[in-house]
Amino acid sequence: MKNRLRIGVIACALVGAGSAMAQKLEPAQSEIAFTFRQMGVPVEGRFTKFSGQFAFDPKKPEAGKVALRIDTGSARFGSAETDGEAVKSDWFNVAKFPQASLESMAIKAAGPGKYELAGKLNIKGTARDVQVPVTLAKSGALTIATGAFAIKRLEFKIGEGDWSDTSMVANEVQVKFKLALSGIAAL
Amino acid sequence: MMKLDTKYSSVAMAIHWLAALMIFCVIVMGVYMTGLQMSPTRLKLYNWHKWVGITILAISCVRLLWRATHRPPTDLPTPGWQRRAAHAAHWVMYALFFAVPLAGWAYSSASGYPVVVFGVLLLPDLVAPDKPLALALKSVHAGLALALGAVIALHLVAVAKHQFFNRDRILSRMVPRAFEGRT
Repeated sequence: MKNRLRIGVIACALVGAGSAMAQKLEPAQSEIAFTFRQMGVPVEGRFTKFSGQFAFDPKKPEAGKVALRIDTGSARFGSAETDGEAVKSDWFNVAKFPQASLESMAIKAAGPGKYELAGKLNIKGTARDVQVPVTLAKSGALTIATGAFAIKRLEFKIGEGDWSDTSMVANEVQVKFKLALSGIAAL
Repeated sequence: MMKLDTKYSSVAMAIHWLAALMIFCVIVMGVYMTGLQMSPTRLKLYNWHKWVGITILAISCVRLLWRATHRPPTDLPTPGWQRRAAHAAHWVMYALFFAVPLAGWAYSSASGYPVVVFGVLLLPDLVAPDKPLALALKSVHAGLALALGAVIALHLVAVAKHQFFNRDRILSRMVPRAFEGRT
């Protein structure tokens, strides 16, 4: 125990003050979901497999770094037919682009418990800048990061060919997330 | 007074023919679309099917109200059992005008797809999303639709029998004077 503590202290010193012990994403308590409209009908999907790397001190957001990786083949819609469709080349093209990612470029404070993350979102080989508002809240030992932002699916070529008709499948997709993180310092 | 006795009212005729056209289209779409692979066409047909189905449900409400407040023409002189069978068939059709779209709506709700009529009017979910329930409701919807198709077929056969064998000009009861011609 003492040893581990000492290693922890050394690690802290090495990585730099503020970034505490290993920060981890707890997938079981986390969620990445998205909603879009099909001829006016709201359809919700979620990714069931994703991972993340975090080095974030709520007191020093500017020094923070966040990287998320999402398995595009893990999109689930509650219907096997739609799940099977989403992996195809017109949609996520999972065979060629098995992962999507979000990497932070700059994080700044935006009020108590609120942050603004500017990042690069990479889906299907296309990278775009996104602004993601994030709210942090403590829940026991975990820190819960929640937020939502909108993307345009056609900018990432999600839904090509006949599916690019936005009167059928809307261009706008709302992305919502709830990430449970362990090892984040007090707010 | 004579006019009321031998012909349906013009409102009843309008609703009858409009509903007939929509029910024919919705059944054809329903049969065709379920055999399609996932595609934009299939998605469109499913939504159109739901929009037409909900419109039939709405029209059926008006129709029932109209039927309850207006007398249809007097029955043709036929044997009692035929008259009773004709009335029974009509009431079964009325019941199915409501039951088939309601079951379809519930099936859509249970599948997790709320119905949005014409892409703008979001209808409340009749049941919460639930896969086994959705499967059951799918069979109920299809079964009831099949029953409606069967009763409509019987209705058509009965009309043809009266029109062409009994030659009692039954069609003229449901056709506006302007369209009557040789009926």
